[in-house]
Amino acid sequence: MVVQIRNEPFDAYAEVQIMQDSLEQQGKFGATSVFVGTMRDFNEDESVQSMFLEHYPGMTEKYLTQISQQAKQNWPIIDSLIIHRVGQIEPGDSIVLVAVWAAHRAAAYDANRYLMEELKSRAPFWKKEQLNDGQRWVEKNTPS
Amino acid sequence: MSIQVKFFASLREQLQIDEIQIQADQAGTVMQVWQQATNSQAIPANLLCAINMEYVGLEHAVVDGDEVAFFPPVTGG
Repeated sequence: MVVQIRNEPFDAYAEVQIMQDSLEQQGKFGATSVFVGTMRDFNEDESVQSMFLEHYPGMTEKYLTQISQQAKQNWPIIDSLIIHRVGQIEPGDSIVLVAVWAAHRAAAYDANRYLMEELKSRAPFWKKEQLNDGQRWVEKNTPS
Repeated sequence: MSIQVKFFASLREQLQIDEIQIQADQAGTVMQVWQQATNSQAIPANLLCAINMEYVGLEHAVVDGDEVAFFPPVTGG
């Protein structure tokens, strides 16, 4: 179970491979579910130049660790990985990676969805968008 | 007792307070911490609160040494 907050851009797909290669239970997982959230260059009909992602250091890690532990209790998964960016982010950058390894796909899919939904609704991160003519805080996440 | 209070994101900008330490004579609630730290500013709709990095409600009790945080709805992911 790995939770990381990153200040610099990361290669989400390389991170999945690195974690998979390091798993102790080689040969036991048959399903890997991967969700990658990427920064768009538009939001609510406006062009977005870049974004600053603020977080509550300490609480973010604590919360993401708690939901990772909960996922492991709720589903028969082997391991999970959450990486989330903070700081200055450009369109095309990965914002979040959630990957789950399990023997079978149902647990991998369901646990991944659970982690993403919990992260979106409760993890203390906040986005501030840089528009062509100013800045604005994103007020709420889309429901799905 | 001494309470460390933190504000984040749009709330921090509106109140122009990042972090403040308050002293209280007696035990109180998160609501009282808000009032003391903000000079009783109106409580925003959808305000979220945490004590020692765990979500709590406004009526939750605080004790000496707690870290209380106030922030708007989260928008990560």
